[in-house]
Amino acid sequence: MNKKDIGLLILIVVVGAVVATINPRFLLPINLANTSNLIGLFGILSIGQAFVIITGGIELSVGSLIALLGVLFIDLIANHGMAWPLAFILILVLGGLVGLAHGWLITRLKLQPFVVTLCGLLIYRGIARFYTADGTAGFAFGQNFPTLEFLTAGRTYGIPNSFIALLIIMGVTWVVLHRSVFGRYLYAIGKNEEAARYSGIRTGRMVMAAYVICGVLTALSAIYFAMYTRSISPASHGNFYELYAIAAAVLGGFSLRGGEGSIVGVILGTILLQELQNLVNLLGIPSSLNFAVMGGVILIGVLVDQQWDVFRAKRRLNKAAHSAPSN
Amino acid sequence: MTGNGFTATGGVNRAESMPGTIDTSSDARHQAAFLSLHDVRKTYPGVVALDGFSIEIRPGEVIGLVGENGAGKSTLMKILGGVAAPDSGTIRIDGVDHERLTVEHSLEAGIAFVHQELNLFENLDVAANIFLGREPLRGGPLKLVDRAKLREMVLPLLKRVGANFTADTPVSELSLAQQQMVEIAKALSIKARLVILDEPTSSLPLAETEKLLGVIKGLKAEGISVIFISHRLHEVESVADRVIVLRDGMLAGTLATDAINHDQMVKLMIGRALKARTNTSEREAGAVALSAKGIRTAAYPHRIVDLDVLHGEILGLAGLVGSGRTEFARVVFGIDRSLGGELYLDGKHVLLSSSADAVANGIFLVPEDRKLAGILLDFAIAQNISLPNLSAHSANLIISAASENATAEAQKSNLGIKAPSVKTRVGTLSGGNQQKVVLAKWLAMKPRIMIFDEPTRGIDIGAKAEIYRLMQALADTGVAVLMISSDMEEVIGVSDRVAVMHEGQISGILAKDQLDQENVLLLAVGKSAR
Repeated sequence: MNKKDIGLLILIVVVGAVVATINPRFLLPINLANTSNLIGLFGILSIGQAFVIITGGIELSVGSLIALLGVLFIDLIANHGMAWPLAFILILVLGGLVGLAHGWLITRLKLQPFVVTLCGLLIYRGIARFYTADGTAGFAFGQNFPTLEFLTAGRTYGIPNSFIALLIIMGVTWVVLHRSVFGRYLYAIGKNEEAARYSGIRTGRMVMAAYVICGVLTALSAIYFAMYTRSISPASHGNFYELYAIAAAVLGGFSLRGGEGSIVGVILGTILLQELQNLVNLLGIPSSLNFAVMGGVILIGVLVDQQWDVFRAKRRLNKAAHSAPSN
Repeated sequence: MTGNGFTATGGVNRAESMPGTIDTSSDARHQAAFLSLHDVRKTYPGVVALDGFSIEIRPGEVIGLVGENGAGKSTLMKILGGVAAPDSGTIRIDGVDHERLTVEHSLEAGIAFVHQELNLFENLDVAANIFLGREPLRGGPLKLVDRAKLREMVLPLLKRVGANFTADTPVSELSLAQQQMVEIAKALSIKARLVILDEPTSSLPLAETEKLLGVIKGLKAEGISVIFISHRLHEVESVADRVIVLRDGMLAGTLATDAINHDQMVKLMIGRALKARTNTSEREAGAVALSAKGIRTAAYPHRIVDLDVLHGEILGLAGLVGSGRTEFARVVFGIDRSLGGELYLDGKHVLLSSSADAVANGIFLVPEDRKLAGILLDFAIAQNISLPNLSAHSANLIISAASENATAEAQKSNLGIKAPSVKTRVGTLSGGNQQKVVLAKWLAMKPRIMIFDEPTRGIDIGAKAEIYRLMQALADTGVAVLMISSDMEEVIGVSDRVAVMHEGQISGILAKDQLDQENVLLLAVGKSAR
């Protein structure tokens, strides 16, 4: 954990303490469990986004993909009788393929990530709505998948399994990003793609892999979201989720220019965002203000962070100026 | 071939314009200089860029300015443009002395530049480019651009430069020479009295060059002075009234009309006696390590490069900036695809489709632009050094920081990298130490072929000497070293053999006993060696 992460953690605790004092229901087990379930769902897709942002890219199609893959998953197991483990794997593969396609367009055909994934956002939403003829995808009355439901929406010792899934993914991706060769390559590419290339790194393949990871994690969260809501209206399901993920990464200290940020950071960012949502509900703030609160807090966070850097740079300069004559 | 043909045309041109030339230049000689530099000195850390340089510029005079890379031409330009302040000396404009010029001063004095890299906005049309930021406006609160008036103002300018395009033509549709005409028209629009053209013809085809030289003559006829900087000596010969030769920041000589010829210029450019060769090694070069056959690059798609680099030699690759050396190196390192031709490594044909392939084959490159391509400024020294070789510093794809640090420590003491620790960010190091980190990255692996592109640019003398020592040590162990350099002293002092490139192909290879400055320079401008 670096200083930024600790600062963010303190902010989370302080906001939590204030909300808890005003409305003690914040600390009720049921509220904590609900919030941590949401942290789990959004955390998984935010980690996927983090991989892409590290390379200096962006993935805007996340929300639409969650709708499309969710609709497909429910349709496969509810209407086509496919065994859920098979459907589960199929959806993950599909997510990976979408990521591969995006990565290919970006690295081989040199399209801008923003453009490619913006088109994805529109296309997948359109297909999802067409697939269900704009209807709602859901389970028939009495249809049950006990194991699947336990894994996705169930709890272990009161802790939502989605949250546990997030912890596992966090552990794995932490090792991948911060300890593995691949992770080092991603940071190198994000910092200076040209220098990475001149060090003999196959930058195109690495960037493509980042989009594939993002696609797979998005597909996983799509299944979790589908099992959480149990019915999906493809016109609205997953709307703006890509922005939640990007916001979490930015709050967590990622630079959209690439090369900066950590797994711990993006998770702390996700936690803060969900805490704010919860705060809006618990403090009786009109829920229509939900987005405004989020936007305001992110803006303030980024401002403080940036001003802090300016302040430190100034202090360093002053120090250097004072110590110069002695040299 | 091209050179000869062109010299002939140049001669004809000169003959045709001869009467006019003599008239105006004799006029000019009587007229007082409107701009002059006296004893101007400018130093940069570790380099004297200009050393007591003086020049007088009279109206309607075309001055050819020649000199090797690093002779001080760009510094002179910067001082005239008000971008750099001289350390001492005076700049006199219309009888008023200045210690330095500001950009505004320079503009007011009517000094205009046409840089080698054109500064036009390709997305705008000709008229918009010429009057960018000075557009005639219509009245009213919206301050709309008065298009009609703009066109009216642009037309006479285009006529003066003999343009065959209209004011509404998008710049992106113009040829390079036409774009230069736009730049010159822009210079005329600020009522320039002196137009400085920096290497304007370096990327122009023959016919377009002719056109440009015609425009220069037109300017001269209007009484506008021109400084024409070029490595193409025959062009200088055909257009200049006076040639000023810069060498090591000093005036090496001035040639008046009659004395302007190719040999004189080359003689003056070289002049100095070079320091003794630093390469005193007696090693014998071995077998051919790298053989390039018929390589073609995007810079010169119609020229081919054939070159052999031997084991245990330092092969200097000399040539003018833009002669295609870096592009060749990028192909050998797998960064760019070759447009044709083959590479052989120790006699075996290799296909390099990426830098990863090159690295796997032991071909390493120390790039020209350190900060852009050589290092990651935000990474620690150890992380920079291990980057191309992470597989040797990891187990099951997990990086071992201990192994990275050990490698880095070894290289740090081996190369004498001055830094508090191997965990120090490379961005905080000096240029010389940064360059050593780039070297360390490759020395930590087993190089077969090491390519250095301008290895000592922007580096202090101490670090330079160490880098030369390392290059010699590499060659001593049998590594094939290819060193691209524009620093004549370096090329002659360090290399065992020198290949010279001219406009995308090898114009000659000089063995140890033929290795001198004159031969390198002759080959670099496309002539043959003595």
